[in-house]
Amino acid sequence: MAAVTSTPIEALLRQVPPVDQVAVEERAASLASRSIKKSSKLWALDLAIRVMDLTTLEGADTTGRVRSLCAKALRPAPGDPSIPHTAAVCVYPSMAAVARECVGDSGVHVASVVTAFPSGQSFLAVKVAEVKTAVAAGADEVDMVIARGAFLAGDYAKVYDEIVAVRKACGEAHLKVILETGELGSYDAVRRASHIAMAAGADFIKTSTGKVSPAATLPVSLVMMEAIRDWYQFTGRAVGFKPAGGIKTAKQAIAHLVLVNETLGADWLTPERYRIGASSLLNDILMQIAKQRSGVYSSAGYFTEA
Amino acid sequence: MSAVRSTPPKAPELDIRKTYKLYIDGKFVRTESGRTYQVAGGRVNAPRGSRKDVRNAVAAARKAFDGWSGRTAYNRGQVIYRIAEMLDARRGEFVSLLGKGPAAEREVDQAVDSLVWYAGWCDKLHAVAGTVNPVAGPYFNFTFPEPTGVVGLIAPEEPALLGLVRHLAPALCGGNVIVALVSESQPLAGLVFGEALATSDVPAGVVNLVSGSHSELLAILAGHMDVNAIDVAACNDSEVKQVQLLAEANVKRIVRSDGTHSLEAITSLMEMKTVWHPIGH
Repeated sequence: MAAVTSTPIEALLRQVPPVDQVAVEERAASLASRSIKKSSKLWALDLAIRVMDLTTLEGADTTGRVRSLCAKALRPAPGDPSIPHTAAVCVYPSMAAVARECVGDSGVHVASVVTAFPSGQSFLAVKVAEVKTAVAAGADEVDMVIARGAFLAGDYAKVYDEIVAVRKACGEAHLKVILETGELGSYDAVRRASHIAMAAGADFIKTSTGKVSPAATLPVSLVMMEAIRDWYQFTGRAVGFKPAGGIKTAKQAIAHLVLVNETLGADWLTPERYRIGASSLLNDILMQIAKQRSGVYSSAGYFTEA
Repeated sequence: MSAVRSTPPKAPELDIRKTYKLYIDGKFVRTESGRTYQVAGGRVNAPRGSRKDVRNAVAAARKAFDGWSGRTAYNRGQVIYRIAEMLDARRGEFVSLLGKGPAAEREVDQAVDSLVWYAGWCDKLHAVAGTVNPVAGPYFNFTFPEPTGVVGLIAPEEPALLGLVRHLAPALCGGNVIVALVSESQPLAGLVFGEALATSDVPAGVVNLVSGSHSELLAILAGHMDVNAIDVAACNDSEVKQVQLLAEANVKRIVRSDGTHSLEAITSLMEMKTVWHPIGH
């Protein structure tokens, strides 16, 4: 009888248990119903800005648009110095140099999406070259997409090898691995993909590109964060988490922060271990802060556009 | 051989009681607060809207503003005429909500008339209220009315339907979007008016209807920075004072119309814009 051969990553995945779908959705829903008020809310809104990757990923992006985004990231509310800057700006690789020039050494990082974002359907050599070029252009964080085609075909080893290759090409840059959970089909697949990414050396795992719906739902975030927690317990290595896509309101952002606190703990409530990828969210948060301070509901007309 | 039943058994006549809901963003929703209060002599529970309902209504109105104000005036007239048609089609229901009898019938008729009157004004008001101004310079100078934006309306307690309609129609006619607090003591006709709106090509969010305590919701509406004008039709003097103080932060336009049909009722909720267009020397 021929021996069944398997790669190390396949051996690892055999130890990953399936997800209890009903329990995950129930827990996410119950945590989302928590009410955060007054000073706690202001604290959470401030944190949500500090962990935000302010994003523009459009074919129509111009250098002017990226400069405007960077200005917004540096000073979200120009008239109010108490509002912190965001964690990073997230742009296409062709715009990484422009973003780097704008943010300088302000502490705002430059994240570039790479590896044939958003589909990931290209050659490994091209992807590796893209990563190196983006890092050379000034990106200190790279957001790669996994090869969903290979993942869904069951070729986990290829997915793993690609991440390892990109990890190597990153050098000093931080690597975030986008699973694109909306295309994976099940929570079990999300958990498997999370483990593949972490085993391959991801600094962060990220839910989505923002180009596919559903994106960063609460249950999918919970599944990924539980994978991070397991990984931390077994290996001692803390991997960060970044939900992205579909988080548009301050209320949603706070629900995500509650989920982090209850799953990974307060140690993860920092930009080093947690990010939120968003664009329109920032002004909604500023409006909520204005509401908390003034007592009256605010208007989008009083805030700068990114 | 089984017996063939010639007539089906008669179903007992159930009392199908209606759940009255708020009308926000084109949807009929229960209040976010879950509260109700008793109206119609304690026979009916009406939703008691909260500040978050008002917030949602203003957000929906703001979202709908560009689409509604951007339509041609002719098309807005058609839509408002359609509201009149739908209100007339539901005549029976409104008459019984307003207490039946000739007075109730007259009120519904007048509400329909009011909508038709303002529907006709939509594509005429710019010609009548706008001006071409003689100026001492090489400019073609003209002034025309533009919608103010989101209009808050505190509808009178009575007449419950007509009071709402004749304050709402001029605001709509001018291209504004509306968040209305319907009559507090008799909210049902106002809330059911939402069903006429929902079936008459009025885009979602253009009119939002909230019932509840006026004293509770007035300050929320008057203080909201995204409300551009407020019609204090039903407010007493001390309430108007309160609105004026809160409206100061974003310089809301405050009007207190008496509900009579007039061009003034439309233009009081509009802003006059003057353009200086250079012409050849």
